[in-house]
Amino acid sequence: MVSATQMATEMPLAMHMSDGLVNAPTAVGFGLVALVGLAIAVHRARADLDDRTAPMAGLVTAFVFAVQMINFPILPGASGHLLGGALVAILVGPWVGSLCIAIVLVVQAFLFADGGLTALGTNIVNMALVGVLVGHAVATMMRPLARRGRAGLVATAFVAALVNTVVAALAFVLEYAIGGAGGASLGTVAALMLGLHVLIGIGEGVITAATVGAVAAVRPDLVYLLRGAAAPLEVRGSAS
Amino acid sequence: MSAPAGNRRALGFFLGFLAVALLVAGGLSYFASPDPDGLDTVALDGCEVVETDAGEQLQGTCIAQHAGDHAMAGSPLADYSVGGGEGTVGLAGVIGVLVTLVLAGGLFWLLRRRSPGKR
Repeated sequence: MVSATQMATEMPLAMHMSDGLVNAPTAVGFGLVALVGLAIAVHRARADLDDRTAPMAGLVTAFVFAVQMINFPILPGASGHLLGGALVAILVGPWVGSLCIAIVLVVQAFLFADGGLTALGTNIVNMALVGVLVGHAVATMMRPLARRGRAGLVATAFVAALVNTVVAALAFVLEYAIGGAGGASLGTVAALMLGLHVLIGIGEGVITAATVGAVAAVRPDLVYLLRGAAAPLEVRGSAS
Repeated sequence: MSAPAGNRRALGFFLGFLAVALLVAGGLSYFASPDPDGLDTVALDGCEVVETDAGEQLQGTCIAQHAGDHAMAGSPLADYSVGGGEGTVGLAGVIGVLVTLVLAGGLFWLLRRRSPGKR
């Protein structure tokens, strides 16, 4: 039997969807979407992985695991944490990035009992697929700005992260609309998810901007978003 | 830039990156907010957490009432603790970072394109 005080300290450390928030068909359906998405990601990731970027991708994954542990306060009684979609998309690309987040979610679910096993499909769709691909889309749209200099890159990272957080939250709303277990009206869930995740997205943006900015300061060649450009950042002399 | 110097520089950057991840998971984790995150806040909306002899109960109507117990609740690292011990979140975090690094690094290393000539 778990004591009440233990529960009180342990409960908030569950960070992702638990089992039972959506019905079984919805969980299975999104599980299949997750599998197909990850299979495509594995296939496409190979082109982005070499002797230099493979270790980088491993470290980025470990870093996301670490930073996801850090819940930051957003409102009295509510916190948020990094999802990491834009962060991985900018540093290692969308396909490798999707695999990074999926690995974090698998480790969290199986070792740390965080995020239900039957909810793994929905969690992977929301954060590893939707979050990463949206973060990638925004970052790609802003790439001309990102390549102009450090301020542009940091601004791109912030905006991409803010948008990835909000859209990943809306993906949960969609799942709840399709097969939610009930307990709250769809309108309430949508409004609360949106409002809270705009605030969390600001935190996500700050963390993502700081991380991408720091990596670009030392190793701009390891920033996926800047690859292929005659990177103006290297003019600063930090790259050679 | 000669290859050995480049490799040394890359190794230095990678070790620094790992050190930051270990510090965040092993140290900063003690200062994380204990409040429910965005999703949990929504799931708990409409309920009041009441402490009873049988542990915490949710009173009212909310999504979280439908949440099942976690199948891995018996894991030695469940809820970011080591064996349920107080104050072990940092150690749990360090273990998590290393496990994640080995899993992800191993997978990405296997998936990578081999350099020409090494085939």
